[in-house]
Amino acid sequence: MKKLMIGNEAVARGLYEGGVEVVSSYPGTPSTEITEFISKYDDVYSEWAPNEKVAAEVAFGASLAGARSACAMKHVGLNVAADPLFTLSYTGVGGGLVVCVADDPAMHSSQNEQDSRHYAIAAKVPMLEPADSAECLAFAREALLLSESFDTPVLLRLTTRIAHSQSIVELGERVMRDRPEYKRNGEKYIMMPGNAKKRHPIVEARTEALARLAETSDLNRVEMGGTACGVITSGACYQYVKEALGDSVSVLKLGMVHPLPTDLIRSFAASVGRVVVIEELDGVIESHCEHIGVKVDGKNLFTPIGEYSQASIAAVFGIEEKKHLVVENAIPVRPPMMCAGCPHRGLFYSLVKNGVTVLGDIGCYTLGAQPPLSAIDSTLCMGASVSGLHGFRVADKSDRKTACVIGDSTFMHSGITGLVNVAYNGSASTVIILDNSITGMTGHQQNPTTGFNIKGDPAGKVDLEALCRAIGIRRVRVVDPYDLAEVDLAIREETAVDEPSVIISRRPCILLKSVKPKPALSISKELCRGCKKCLSLGCPAISYKGKRAHVNDTLCVGCGICESLCPFDAISKGE
Amino acid sequence: MQNTKSIMIVGVGGQGSLLASKLLGQLLLAEGYDVKVSEVHGMSQRGGSVVTYVRFGDRVYSPIITDGEADFIVSFEKLEAARYASCLAPGGRIIVNTQEIDPMPVLIGKAAYPTDILSELTAKDVLLDAIDALSLAEAAGSAKAVNIVLMGRLARYLGIAREKWEDAIKHGVKAAFVDVNLRAFSLGYENDAE
Repeated sequence: MKKLMIGNEAVARGLYEGGVEVVSSYPGTPSTEITEFISKYDDVYSEWAPNEKVAAEVAFGASLAGARSACAMKHVGLNVAADPLFTLSYTGVGGGLVVCVADDPAMHSSQNEQDSRHYAIAAKVPMLEPADSAECLAFAREALLLSESFDTPVLLRLTTRIAHSQSIVELGERVMRDRPEYKRNGEKYIMMPGNAKKRHPIVEARTEALARLAETSDLNRVEMGGTACGVITSGACYQYVKEALGDSVSVLKLGMVHPLPTDLIRSFAASVGRVVVIEELDGVIESHCEHIGVKVDGKNLFTPIGEYSQASIAAVFGIEEKKHLVVENAIPVRPPMMCAGCPHRGLFYSLVKNGVTVLGDIGCYTLGAQPPLSAIDSTLCMGASVSGLHGFRVADKSDRKTACVIGDSTFMHSGITGLVNVAYNGSASTVIILDNSITGMTGHQQNPTTGFNIKGDPAGKVDLEALCRAIGIRRVRVVDPYDLAEVDLAIREETAVDEPSVIISRRPCILLKSVKPKPALSISKELCRGCKKCLSLGCPAISYKGKRAHVNDTLCVGCGICESLCPFDAISKGE
Repeated sequence: MQNTKSIMIVGVGGQGSLLASKLLGQLLLAEGYDVKVSEVHGMSQRGGSVVTYVRFGDRVYSPIITDGEADFIVSFEKLEAARYASCLAPGGRIIVNTQEIDPMPVLIGKAAYPTDILSELTAKDVLLDAIDALSLAEAAGSAKAVNIVLMGRLARYLGIAREKWEDAIKHGVKAAFVDVNLRAFSLGYENDAE
């Protein structure tokens, strides 16, 4: 049967058909849907783990027990999972193990543009890179088999355009293997120096064997066209190359991007006039070509920054730009923003009002950095708000007010260890946990604080207050971010005390189905003086026209924050 | 590729463009085309400017659409039509919902919403279908059916039988919303542009 699927769904399908039994992941754009689609298969165990390191280790344990397993993460998630990955390379696997990683060139939804192919090289594990959904399905299946036949974890690399583009796939049957009986094998799985020293040569030999496979595998293929120029490419770039250049060039399309073939590249280069490597982000294939003595053009012609397109490739090949119109009207930008009724808004407003220096974290609340609130001073990586605040407090000798903000899911991911450090080393840090009862930015996934599992069934629930107290924080208080007076008092008091404190700002995400919006508010034309105080909230439901503020009643959910802010009592509940 | 058709669906995060592109993709698949649909997920969905690319033909390579390539731009919001107009191919058509949704710089009074977007596009020889899709959707029974109203208008031009679109709607939306969406489709298909 033919179906139209995004790459992520096709990866899930491929893992399913390939007999995967256990999948553990932490959400992260653009990888999230892999695990969401896996969770729809009842005969696969799936879960949201607190972070990518835990997820990769769960996949390891399942593999050790003999099951085919997988985990999925975004590129920066692989940084978190790198610790188990590097030694998994030494232990190898029991059941096939696939680590799916989705890079985000152009940073549609990420904080950096790192190229995860470097991990394949550094950890010495093979990496496959599909170029459309059909290959996502086929390569996910193949990755599980490759993992078992070469006794190695396999990285499956996607980029945003592959992960989030629908194309046609042909569905196949699920194929299960007979799981071997678990047997203890310390030499393979206990990575103490004595054992690890014996495993390392096995890893090197395996890479050599995989490089031989790369010479002949169907994963890599040559498409001969014009022979004046040959292009070596992979992933989404293959599609752009075919679109822009058609059959005017010959193409070596790589499906296995680590290890790379040598003889195949040399013979391809010998069959064409000149060779151009077209790869987004870093010159990984190009470096390999240089290493094996094949002269190529690459990053001398193409940028290491952002996504490519058929147009950017055509331009480098001197093809005339397509005729198009140019709009002269000034088009105001439309950045993403916090929703009307977002529980984070009131908290950010109070932080700004109190002049607090705020270390931020990764999630919807990163949008608090946008004008007009502009409430955040830094965003680095998952959890860095808490540990960073501790460092800032230790170093900053001024009487500046400081705090950090971190979401419930991000706190579970890697905020807890930072808070342990705050308590252990005793900085007067004010840690604000924005508990909206869901993982928001990635599209509403459950997490250990919500009380539900990936399938929406009741599950274990972390008691945040008890956890913070157990860590050693004596001052833990819970506020409702819709109650500006309460939030303001908490921020003033906790940023003033000379000991660690936690404020839990608790209210569910306004987009949750369980949250029922209240009637829209309205602004009295007579009472409004046009002071613009309500506009400082940056609420999409409030606008300013004709020297008066207005509420858009289709967007307003009646949260009441602007009502409590208005100095002229001009805002009131809907008629 | 010469025989590949390119359609851009643009709008504001949360307006339902994903459902529209899903519907269109299913329909084109059923018609036997090679199809690619490039979606937007994640951060930009939070009220930001969003764009979905739909391409179909005998063999589609790139999933994205760049300047001068779109045969159709279906814009769920007026300003967004102008933002992406450079992607329109010469002789291409823009179907635009005349609804205005103020972006943050306009909401807080730091920028003005351009007043002459449609006249500029018309002056530049763009084939323009400007329709009040929000009012038509409300007339059909739900403001959320703006996406289907606009698909109804697009259906006039793609050369696929109307019944097949209606079948795709029947299979593509929840049973409770089929009637509303069929009405929305029909209003979009039949109403004359402003």
